[in-house]
Amino acid sequence: MKVRQISIFLENRSGRLACVLKEVGRAGVNIRALSLADTSDFGILRLIVDDVDKCLGTLRAGGHTVSLTEVLAVEVPDHPGGLAGILDVLSAANLNVEYMYAFVCRATEKAVVVFRFEDANAAIAALKKAGISILPAETVYAL
Amino acid sequence: MFNPQAEAMPVAELRRLQGQRLRELVQRAYDHVPFYRARMQEQGVQPGQIRHIEDVGKLPFTTKTDFRDQYPFGMFAVPHREIVRIHASSGTTGKPTVVGYTRNDIANWAECAARSLACGGATAEDTVQIAYGYGLFTGGLGMHYGAERLGAAALPMSAGNTEKQIMLMKDFGVTVLCCTPSYALQIAEVAAQMGVDLMHLPLKSGNFGAEPWTEAMRTHIEELLPLKALDIYGLSEVCGPGVANECLEQHGLHVFEDHFYPEIIDPRTGDPLPDGQKGELVFTCLTKEGVPLIRYRTRDITMLLAEGPCPCGRTSRKIARLMGRTDDMLIIRGINVFPSQVEDVLVRIEGVHPQYLIVVDRQGNLDTMEIKVEVTEKLFSDEVRGLEALREKIHHQIRTMLNVSAKITLVEPKTIERTLGKAKRVNDLRKLT
Repeated sequence: MKVRQISIFLENRSGRLACVLKEVGRAGVNIRALSLADTSDFGILRLIVDDVDKCLGTLRAGGHTVSLTEVLAVEVPDHPGGLAGILDVLSAANLNVEYMYAFVCRATEKAVVVFRFEDANAAIAALKKAGISILPAETVYAL
Repeated sequence: MFNPQAEAMPVAELRRLQGQRLRELVQRAYDHVPFYRARMQEQGVQPGQIRHIEDVGKLPFTTKTDFRDQYPFGMFAVPHREIVRIHASSGTTGKPTVVGYTRNDIANWAECAARSLACGGATAEDTVQIAYGYGLFTGGLGMHYGAERLGAAALPMSAGNTEKQIMLMKDFGVTVLCCTPSYALQIAEVAAQMGVDLMHLPLKSGNFGAEPWTEAMRTHIEELLPLKALDIYGLSEVCGPGVANECLEQHGLHVFEDHFYPEIIDPRTGDPLPDGQKGELVFTCLTKEGVPLIRYRTRDITMLLAEGPCPCGRTSRKIARLMGRTDDMLIIRGINVFPSQVEDVLVRIEGVHPQYLIVVDRQGNLDTMEIKVEVTEKLFSDEVRGLEALREKIHHQIRTMLNVSAKITLVEPKTIERTLGKAKRVNDLRKLT
């Protein structure tokens, strides 16, 4: 259920993002989804990839500061208000979203939203109860 | 206490003894070392004007540069046949600093090193593992003679070969360890890899010195080794290890004042500073024969502690743990800042030794300080607010501890320049001409 996401610390300087992505590419790791949180000084690059361990090993060997976090990938119904409905479920359950980002799945053409929760288990329970489908991790890595 | 008569001497008596020894020292230096005679004449001081210990302030300072200029034997005050040992400290630049010892000098040094060991409770019953280097460096031989003077069994390991150090520590039942604080941690680390449980060894005290360290390191050492970690201070120009040592109170280092008279001065003006104020440590070696030392500027920054008698019974004054070197002192908006203080703050937050760089600049008429800190995995948070909280925490701690506001910049690992040997900690971009 929980998807392993790799986060990388980046300085906000030109070329840093390219440098990291090049190393990932050279290792033969494919990126499934990505987001970048940034401030004026630094950024955090978050990646979901097909081979998490290989990617992690490559980046650590390259001397980058990385961490592994668990996120949930949720399929969003393809109609107006679809995402709002999910967020309603979460707020009704008093669950805080740390951050989120979205991408569109090629195969199903459905929108997928990646959520980072403080309490992932509580979120899984609440989403399941509301009949919202959470993508299995393997499905996300193989997207 | 190794020598209660000297170490617990009533203060008035101690001052009288210091005065008498200072008179003799100044006369010796004036008569036998042309360098000192010339300096005193320049300053307009005659030996006869030095009567009490308080007169020490009338005498000129001696610096490391003077030693270099007098290389190799210009500072010696006795004929060569009276010298029984020569040590030399490596200068990072230029010629080494050469020190010669007479038989009495070696005996006095051994006495002070024995007092240092006894500060941690060591007696003739103990086995002292000496893991300071033996050689031109004073660490190994200094503690060795101290251990023998105490009557303890000296184990002359020198530095290195950590597995063997651990094996003998265990097999010989070593009770006292002498080495640098970072080597003590190295021993603990290697012991863990070897599967040796140090916490059940009979170790009781350690005299750690020859490099700056922090309270955080002391806590760490005492968690990994079953001993009281005590700070020892010394420098080859004065004699070597045994100039000052912490007692079991672990609050300041007792200076063995009947031999080494300490002063604290403002490194910029040379003016003496009152107890409790930090400045440059200056030593006059009252009993030294081979190389008399008058008001030697150590470049070490510390203070004389302004407090009442120590519960341990020693009457000598105490210096605080060393806070840095005058060489790397920064003055930012009029406040003295030492890289070691910044390091201390970071160690407290991170729990490990971080890589950092202090960048000082001047915008308009105002000094600015930026501290770049490499983000390790331990510090890294996946969330922006986590990293901003870290930055705010460092900023706040720096302001609280150092009284200056600094911009904190989080940088990627390995972006701060490493040089071989000593890490560069400061980049001062101010143009103060």
